[in-house]
Amino acid sequence: MSLLDFQNVTLKFGGLVAVNDLSFSVEEGEVFAIVGPNGAGKSTVFNLISRFYDPYAGSIQFDGHDLLRSKASGVATFGVARTFQNIELFDHATVLQNLLVGRHRHRSTNLLSELFFTPSVRKQEIQNRHMVEEVIDFLDLQPYRDSLIAGLPYGVRKVVELGRALATGPKLLLLDEPASGLSVEETTDMRWWIDDIRRQMGITVLMVEHDMGLVSSVSDRVLAMADGARLALGTPKEVQSDPAVIEAYLGHVA
Amino acid sequence: MRIVFKTDYMQDIRPWKDGYQLSLYLILLAFMIAAPYLVDDFYLGEITNVLVWAIAGLGLMVLTGHTGQASLGHAAFLALGCYANIILLEAGMPFMVAFPLAGLITGAVGVLIAIPALRMHGIYLAIATMAMSILTDDIIVLTEPWTGGVVGKFAPPVNVFGVMIDRWGTPKEFYWLILGVTVLITLGYINLLRAPLGRSFIAVRDSEVSAQAMGIDVARTKAISFGISCAITGLGGALMGLYATTFNNETFSVVISIQLLMMIVIGGLGSIHGAFFGAIVIGFLPQFLSISKEYVGAVFGGGTVAIPGLEFGVFGLILIVFILFEPMGIYGRWLKIRTWFELFPFYRKNMFKRKKSYLKTERVR
Repeated sequence: MSLLDFQNVTLKFGGLVAVNDLSFSVEEGEVFAIVGPNGAGKSTVFNLISRFYDPYAGSIQFDGHDLLRSKASGVATFGVARTFQNIELFDHATVLQNLLVGRHRHRSTNLLSELFFTPSVRKQEIQNRHMVEEVIDFLDLQPYRDSLIAGLPYGVRKVVELGRALATGPKLLLLDEPASGLSVEETTDMRWWIDDIRRQMGITVLMVEHDMGLVSSVSDRVLAMADGARLALGTPKEVQSDPAVIEAYLGHVA
Repeated sequence: MRIVFKTDYMQDIRPWKDGYQLSLYLILLAFMIAAPYLVDDFYLGEITNVLVWAIAGLGLMVLTGHTGQASLGHAAFLALGCYANIILLEAGMPFMVAFPLAGLITGAVGVLIAIPALRMHGIYLAIATMAMSILTDDIIVLTEPWTGGVVGKFAPPVNVFGVMIDRWGTPKEFYWLILGVTVLITLGYINLLRAPLGRSFIAVRDSEVSAQAMGIDVARTKAISFGISCAITGLGGALMGLYATTFNNETFSVVISIQLLMMIVIGGLGSIHGAFFGAIVIGFLPQFLSISKEYVGAVFGGGTVAIPGLEFGVFGLILIVFILFEPMGIYGRWLKIRTWFELFPFYRKNMFKRKKSYLKTERVR
């Protein structure tokens, strides 16, 4: 059984069909990319998985759970972490605090024990910090631990957001345009990180990306979308040479 | 320049950075405990007043400063805490039971109100809570058999560990009682902020979508925040009642709500220090004005004529100045001054300037 299963999902905003009868599945351990022109519904797919939208029809299964029966905050507890297209960090908190929020789904203490900061809370905090330090090591964020997000450059914020998603200890990582707005060097870094996330940490990656260089170098399979529907699905090479995909990007041959 | 080397996670987890900082706070605490022997009874009363306001401010700070939900209705919770405390005392309960119970009752009512109210955002929430504050007056009059209505109530002396304490008879003991409560609440607040719940408050304040994506139940977190906020405010209200000794339906008017909100904005939103700094401004401003009026009168020969609305005028002016020039409040200014000394001579003018913020994802609500 696949890790994530999208079955005949349809989402409508009034008369606009944002996602049209879309089916695909992501296997455990692969890097799966979604490409497509603007407005194809790529981010909407992410927001469906995050339960920000309720689909009109269809089912979404993750790791044996029916995601449609869970709350938006429940998705993370199953082991799905995500980043956002336009960085959504906690701006008035430090990098460390942002990453620690990522550990929230492992919280086992309650209001009362936290109010008195009992030894169990202390133990949990040290454990959380330890996990966060591993992410900091992995992403080379050491110089920024105590800086406020509000003062950080764009490239670093992008990495912090990836770090926050990793800190949750996910099974599936959703990356919404991980390379948008990054310089060539930063994009190369991102590419190695995605590779390491899959190989070393064994996390399945589902990403939306426009940079075809990045997509073809890291992903095992690619789904091409247009107007909310599936155009092609296969290896990066197959998808890039698919006539329907070429048509969607470049238009008809006159 | 002082650099703290970190070799242990506990250095970030415990509330103080190093021994130096801890000793500063211990010295402050020692001064506060010794205050009754350092100042006369009038100023001791003023300091007590500041502490009572600080407790109420801490209550609102949880909700507005750390969870980002504005409330113009906290005077209602001050009233609830105050009346609950007195009614329980009059029912024969000892103060040591009635006082925490008053906080719990206020917190529970807060959660009940929060569940519908927190579906609203920003200005709408502020208006809804303000309506609640305005209703308080009428509710107190309507429930006259319990609250004493327009006539009001008197605070009896309270028994704390066998010592009878009242505001006028034993000002020193009364001050220590309030100081003790302040310290306990502040410690609890600090603990909360370094634990997962406090971080989830900040997460909800800064970005609800990504808080949700991190597994934080936003509605629940907001309700908990409202409950904690109201519980602390209720305790503040109970002490305010004891401090005022007599109160009626007009004591906790909507003006108090607005003053409370202005107080934490001036002090600095999103910091425990802010509540205290704001309380100092609120608490001492009337005294400062009346004292300075005498000096001004002496210089210009105008005598000590009371100028109606002067206090609120000055207060509004301070608020405007802060919003324009120091949106982070007194605490923000204090941080800058401290950094200047710590980094001397390397402080740069734009160190605290925000970098241009980037486009936000369309909020999914």
